[in-house]
Amino acid sequence: MTVPRELTQISNAVWELPVSWKSGMRVPARFLGTRELIEHFDDGVFEQAANVATLPGIQKYSFCMPDGHWGYGFPIGGVAAFDPDEGVISPGGIGFDINCGMRLVTTNLTYGEVEPHLPRLVDRLFERIPSGVGGTGFVQLTEDGFLDVAEQGARWCLRNGYALPEDLELTEEQGCMEGADPAKVSHKAVQRGRNQIGTLGSGNHYLEVQVAKEENIFNPGLARAFGITMPDQIVVMYHCGSRGFGHQVATDYLHVLLDVMERVYGIRIIDRELACAPFRSPQGQDYFSAMKCAVNMSFANRQVILHRVREVFSEVFGKSPDELGIRQVYDVTHNTAKLEDHLIDGRRHRVLIHRKGSTRAFGPGMEGIPERYKAFGQPVIIGGSMETGSYLLAGVGSGESTFYSTAHGSGRVMSRHSARKKYQGKKLVRDMQFRGIYVRTASMRGLAEEAGGAYKDIDAVAGACELAGISTPVARLTPVGNIKG
Amino acid sequence: MSYTYLDEIAIADVAFEARADTREGLFVEAGDALMNVMVEDLGSVRPLVRRDFHARAEDLERLLFEYLQEFIFFKDAEQLLLRVFEVAITQEGEKLGLTAEAAGERIDPRRHGLNADVKAVTLHRFRIRHEPEGWTATVVLDI
Repeated sequence: MTVPRELTQISNAVWELPVSWKSGMRVPARFLGTRELIEHFDDGVFEQAANVATLPGIQKYSFCMPDGHWGYGFPIGGVAAFDPDEGVISPGGIGFDINCGMRLVTTNLTYGEVEPHLPRLVDRLFERIPSGVGGTGFVQLTEDGFLDVAEQGARWCLRNGYALPEDLELTEEQGCMEGADPAKVSHKAVQRGRNQIGTLGSGNHYLEVQVAKEENIFNPGLARAFGITMPDQIVVMYHCGSRGFGHQVATDYLHVLLDVMERVYGIRIIDRELACAPFRSPQGQDYFSAMKCAVNMSFANRQVILHRVREVFSEVFGKSPDELGIRQVYDVTHNTAKLEDHLIDGRRHRVLIHRKGSTRAFGPGMEGIPERYKAFGQPVIIGGSMETGSYLLAGVGSGESTFYSTAHGSGRVMSRHSARKKYQGKKLVRDMQFRGIYVRTASMRGLAEEAGGAYKDIDAVAGACELAGISTPVARLTPVGNIKG
Repeated sequence: MSYTYLDEIAIADVAFEARADTREGLFVEAGDALMNVMVEDLGSVRPLVRRDFHARAEDLERLLFEYLQEFIFFKDAEQLLLRVFEVAITQEGEKLGLTAEAAGERIDPRRHGLNADVKAVTLHRFRIRHEPEGWTATVVLDI
């Protein structure tokens, strides 16, 4: 891990690589983070952010967030805005897991009330929300029925009794991106995803029961506005995406775009995973429409999981979800491309913004956030490792500097293989239980790969977001129950 | 077992290198290397159901990519864990064609020691080399 010599510090938590660092860079690359976080970035982050800076139509900077690490094409934590007329769209700027995201849900229960029931609660969540290799959900759909989900997202859930109107209001894009065209997704993608609605997946995907301890509320006003209102309040947070459907859409279009990128559009290929096409080209538009299908399927996936969460809490505590105060705080996507309006050099421009492992973080008063949060800024949900905790933050006005984008998680620092050598799943379960975290997993080895020590320090990431002025911490949430694929 | 996992290529994911004397053997090894990421003991996968793999591509690397995708496809679409023991590669005009018979069974979390799910085969450092000692493939999988 060597930081390039040309990297200069712009402010406390903003660093820049000039266009001279790599041939073909059209804009500088900017890295958000404290000196310590930046010094621990892997080499790939700098190379990849610089590669992104070479793409046609990129505006202002190629960004990498404080939790950045090496990815495919773009780094994880990569953010780039492109002029829709001159610029490109790239599956590598969105990720294989299209609309991988986070949802946070509150209850009116306290830790004291939940603790005696915790093993049963977590066991039931584990049984009712499938996870792991090849996990299938309870929603039985024909292929046409699945395509309706791809087109309608969470609205499909509302029509089919898996959502409350309020859930959609409290979901980014209200749970459905307009313009999803099922004709642009392959039959293979549909076959892969059809049985997976309501499933978590594996790897770093999880569902947690967490506690908002009083000492971990950093901004009581914002916490109250977002529904965290009492000491030791129990919340549920989960992380998952579009499953095999999104993975196949990304894989299909990686090849479609790779085929035309240089041959038809004359864009030099410097990394095959950075395949792209002009946004306005037929291939670029086809991918955008297909990507929206995967985005919508993922919103529906997290919505159906919320339905299951409500059922399980109801069953375990013998009260209705309403009586238990089960209410969605917000749902954010951290792997997408979207058209948004941003100020560039004092003028309002529509840009196609790619966020890959980065969360949109609109500031107070902005269009696109729920009315009830408008005065406060958009809730931002950042998932930490299963041992260390997670964060609720809020968007801020100064987020304009990164097109209102912030971190998405804690970011890996140790390879999966090394983590498996260092940690043992069964011992980890015992150790975590000793520390008050009850875990159920579909795979002990998979669990070992997700040990807290394999990740960056989430407090450092959240702190860097604040220091860089791209979001402000509201509360730190401590895990007490975890289910993992 | 003629494949090894490479630790430092992809920190959040899994990379492997497969080796064999023939290109057909290379495909068999690479298929096992992929499945072994998801299932700890490949011996626990009984050959109870069969599926035919067909692929066509302009070159051998793309053919391997398409072939590996088949394992991921059947894992998601039919919840099948599959292994291939024989692969046939033929020239079909300008293109290369592949046929293989895969055998395996439905995923059973109680019987199969499951690991992490494979989301996708990536093109990162994806490469096949043919040297006097034999064939080698490097593949990085998104987890």
